[in-house]
Amino acid sequence: MNAVELEGVRQRYGSMNVLHGLDLQLAEGEVLGLFGHNGAGKTTTMKLILGLLQASEGRVSVLGQSPHDRQVHRQLGYLPENIVFYPQLTGRETLKHFARLKGAPAAQVDELLEQVGLVEAANRRVKTYSKGMRQRLGLAQALLGTPRLLLLDEPTVGLDPIATLALYRLVDHLRQQGTSIILCSHVLPGVEAHISRAAILAHGRLQAIGSLDSLRDAADLPVRLRAAGIAQREAWLQRWRGEGHVAQPLGDAGVEVTLRRAHKLGLLRELLAEGAPDDIEIHQPSLDDLYRYYMERAHHAPAEKKAQPEEAMA
Amino acid sequence: MNPIWNIARKELSDGLRNRWIVAIGLLFAVLAVGIAWLGAAASGQVGFTSIPATIASLTSLATILIPLIALLLAYDAIVGEDEGGTLMLLLTYPLGRGQLLLGKFVGHGLILALATLLGFGAAALAIAVLVDGVALDLLFRAFGRFMLSSALLGWVFLALAYVLSSRASEKSRAAGLALGVWFGFVLVFDLVLLALLVLGEGRFSPELLPWLLLLNPADIYRLINLSGFEASGGVSGVMALGSELPLPSVMLWGCLMLWVGGALLLAYALFRRRAA
Repeated sequence: MNAVELEGVRQRYGSMNVLHGLDLQLAEGEVLGLFGHNGAGKTTTMKLILGLLQASEGRVSVLGQSPHDRQVHRQLGYLPENIVFYPQLTGRETLKHFARLKGAPAAQVDELLEQVGLVEAANRRVKTYSKGMRQRLGLAQALLGTPRLLLLDEPTVGLDPIATLALYRLVDHLRQQGTSIILCSHVLPGVEAHISRAAILAHGRLQAIGSLDSLRDAADLPVRLRAAGIAQREAWLQRWRGEGHVAQPLGDAGVEVTLRRAHKLGLLRELLAEGAPDDIEIHQPSLDDLYRYYMERAHHAPAEKKAQPEEAMA
Repeated sequence: MNPIWNIARKELSDGLRNRWIVAIGLLFAVLAVGIAWLGAAASGQVGFTSIPATIASLTSLATILIPLIALLLAYDAIVGEDEGGTLMLLLTYPLGRGQLLLGKFVGHGLILALATLLGFGAAALAIAVLVDGVALDLLFRAFGRFMLSSALLGWVFLALAYVLSSRASEKSRAAGLALGVWFGFVLVFDLVLLALLVLGEGRFSPELLPWLLLLNPADIYRLINLSGFEASGGVSGVMALGSELPLPSVMLWGCLMLWVGGALLLAYALFRRRAA
């Protein structure tokens, strides 16, 4: 059973179409990164899964049930964006209140406070919390009742690099335990290693979905190679330019070549065998690059009927 | 545990924490004692006069105060949660909208009931202890009826506050609407009724006019408390109409409860339509 299934989902607010026939599956224990610009339909998708909205058309199923099912809500964790909570309650009181509402064991409150590093601040009022602390309290709240499906909306906003890393570790840990996770955000630095698949939304349509490798293959974005300490630099540059790559000198004896992914290994082999470089750096297209690529494509062809997720998966 | 009680519990502990209960209770106690002893000052007397006079004065004051307090307590119940981002979160919990609303009502309702009981109850005790020769059974019956109907009046305006709160998109707007509702029921309604009476010059069916009082919960409340005494003398203005109303007081209580139920249902209907 898939944790989440969306089939041909359309969402209209009045006359405005927010989602145009969205298909999305999330397997159990999978981490899906849902990326898109403001107004791309990320939040609407989240709300449909959370049962806060009724789809205008199409089918939404969460943990094999309707998203409006009370039992589903018990097994679901949600970290909203920019949550303020109740300023007059302390962190512990807030978490206790939500634990009672979710039917989570009271003992979990202190465990979670410990886990998100809020033990010292637990007896302070939430009013005095920084944005990052509120975010961590929100995360603890989402983990109450050990949910099977976790939806995190912009989870790293306001977190310092160390807390961000801790969050990603937690995501990895939960994934190993079989929790399905949807991570919704603008593109995040460093998120690549922690998601199983990425979905890119623009203008209410899925532009691409798949593992990063499959997205890289489909997008065929150039790879950048940097090598240092090459003896006959000019000769190499000439040769690469002749093969149709973009090559330029870099520093004293360095080069930078931009080439298609398919040519990467061949060129590396030659370079290692004959060029005797001191050092080589390979820059794969990052999630950022992929995101920008798909966004631009969506922007240039907004009239193009439907994105082909199958193509991206191939 | 029951989700309704979990929500109510938080409201109740909020009420204790920000001292709403204590403040309202104290206000009621001071007013009640003050009116009991000084109410007759205008006629040159200082000291407790009579139970009917005390209840009549208290009623006119409570008619103004209780709706205001109830509206203040509850106007941000829904829209406030929405602005803080917790409404959306709560709706992803295993908790229905009806349960959320009812939980708020139980919590706020208990706050008001407790404050009423503590405040006016203390005043009644003070009268019983300090005034010689007061008819205790009459005193406690009158104050009992007064406290119960005061709580009920508060609940009506709590429910009306939820109607506004479910409807309003911003807290400040809900506050403005609450003030409007208070003004309308407590001041404008009676003036309009009087104007109808005067300008109509008897063209309105005299049987119909008293029934219009039932359209205002504050007037029902006054009728309940003033009709309890045969010759109260405190009855004036539109309340005089009430004496022509062929309704037993049980029906008046029923009408007040109908107001609570109706307003709650309306609030629920509006809350259901509110986008998360």
